[in-house]
Amino acid sequence: MKIPYYPGCTLKTTADYFETSAIASAKALGIEMVELPDWNCCGVVGSLTSDDLIRHLAPVRNMLRVEEMNARGDIENENRLLTLCSMCYNTLQRTNARIKQSSEDLESINNIMYLEEEPYKGTTEVVHFFQLLEEMGFDELAKKIVKPLKGLKIAPYYGCMLLRPEELGIDKPDDPTIMENFVESLGADAVQWNARSICCGSYHTVSNKEIVVKLAYEILHNARKCGADLLITSCPLCAFNLDNRQEEVEAQYLDFEPIPVLYFSQLLALALGLGVEATAFDKNYIDPRPILKKKGLLK
Amino acid sequence: MEIERVMVKVYIMGEAYEVPEGSTILSATEYAGFQIKRGVGCREGFCGACATVYREKGDYKLKGGLACQTVVTDGMTIAQIPSVPAEKPVYDITQLEANENTFKELFPTVFRCVACNTCTKACPQDIKVMDYVQALKRGDIARAADISFDCIRCGLCALRCPAEIVQYNAAILARRLYARYLAPKSPEVDIRIEEIEAGKFVPEIDELKKTDRVELGEKYYKREINID
Repeated sequence: MKIPYYPGCTLKTTADYFETSAIASAKALGIEMVELPDWNCCGVVGSLTSDDLIRHLAPVRNMLRVEEMNARGDIENENRLLTLCSMCYNTLQRTNARIKQSSEDLESINNIMYLEEEPYKGTTEVVHFFQLLEEMGFDELAKKIVKPLKGLKIAPYYGCMLLRPEELGIDKPDDPTIMENFVESLGADAVQWNARSICCGSYHTVSNKEIVVKLAYEILHNARKCGADLLITSCPLCAFNLDNRQEEVEAQYLDFEPIPVLYFSQLLALALGLGVEATAFDKNYIDPRPILKKKGLLK
Repeated sequence: MEIERVMVKVYIMGEAYEVPEGSTILSATEYAGFQIKRGVGCREGFCGACATVYREKGDYKLKGGLACQTVVTDGMTIAQIPSVPAEKPVYDITQLEANENTFKELFPTVFRCVACNTCTKACPQDIKVMDYVQALKRGDIARAADISFDCIRCGLCALRCPAEIVQYNAAILARRLYARYLAPKSPEVDIRIEEIEAGKFVPEIDELKKTDRVELGEKYYKREINID
């Protein structure tokens, strides 16, 4: 199966190991992720101003590329746009939902984009990698696992962007199960815990670091208390706040014990038996290799 | 035979002038009696000095172009831009890295791009300006250098950008970084430099210096170009 794929800027820079692990895993599962040509930034962060139409240009252009790929025959009958980054998923999905509701907004945006060869028709559907796995069936995924992650206790961290607002989420915001199902299909145990959809502090990390340090402590400490060996996420910003900020968390909270935070795709790659280029465990700030070795999952 | 001269009316800095049909904005402005000291250069569309903003009769759009390359139309309103006072950070190329962080530091406005594409619409060189700005956002310096290669730094992109990005200055940094850090190194260059320093071509050049103009011309046109 070939599917148009939108990487987003962070997956080309600081979170490059998220992308490489996901592409390698998808390939092992028979999914070819075809990167959009000439994609631009997703737009980042839904604007809260009332007159915000210009903020929706960036997402619309990316979704237009999917229609173009189909028209050119780069891809056959695949109107879905695959995303990995939770933030990109949310931003693209939010815009798509809005302009699908408002033909007036779509027309205004198409009027601004008059240099594009064709206007956007609104046929693209934004999907997250988890949804693609769900569609394939987590039972099916389990059958393809060559190295079950037996005994590994994983805390699935949803954060905000995969679940909220409700109409755009990949699962029910109050009682999601998609990441737990994913974890179980890898042969690991999904930890039941309380902080899986608490906000990580998001962009406060730039100007109000202390907010993020406090939230990161609460989230990571809760995961640890509930028995987790590590956390998984699909958001580069959550990953930064929960993984890289542990230096500050450790300095501030005496009872804090560092805990690895991984992209879900790194563990998928491991369970699919892929090599170090795909798993890239050396790229995480808190090294996950000691715990994986301890569990007998890594040599 | 008498040639009928057709005139068109244009508005330069708010005043109406009759100028010959088919003139460029530059020649029309001079025909109208202006002596242009700034905002003019090569007159051939290469230097980018003569950025001009204009509007055509009956059209609401403000357009940008090079005065030396844009032909006037009847009723055109013209304002030449003598220079673009855009921000130009000073940097030492040897101290930089070819990645997006360099741009976060020197051109933080790049990251405000909302993909409106106004810059691309403004570019007289038909460069996909927005696409190279977007490439910079994701750290693809090579792509940004490639897309922006034909930039003549007229500044019209920066003048129109709602995010106040100075695209053309960011682009030249991308090309400098590409040339210094990313472009494949050519071992032939080092070999040739050694040959030059060893004086391999001195006798040939000495002989050419003594050759008269006519013979030099003949030699030039008969020369063999070996591109292998």
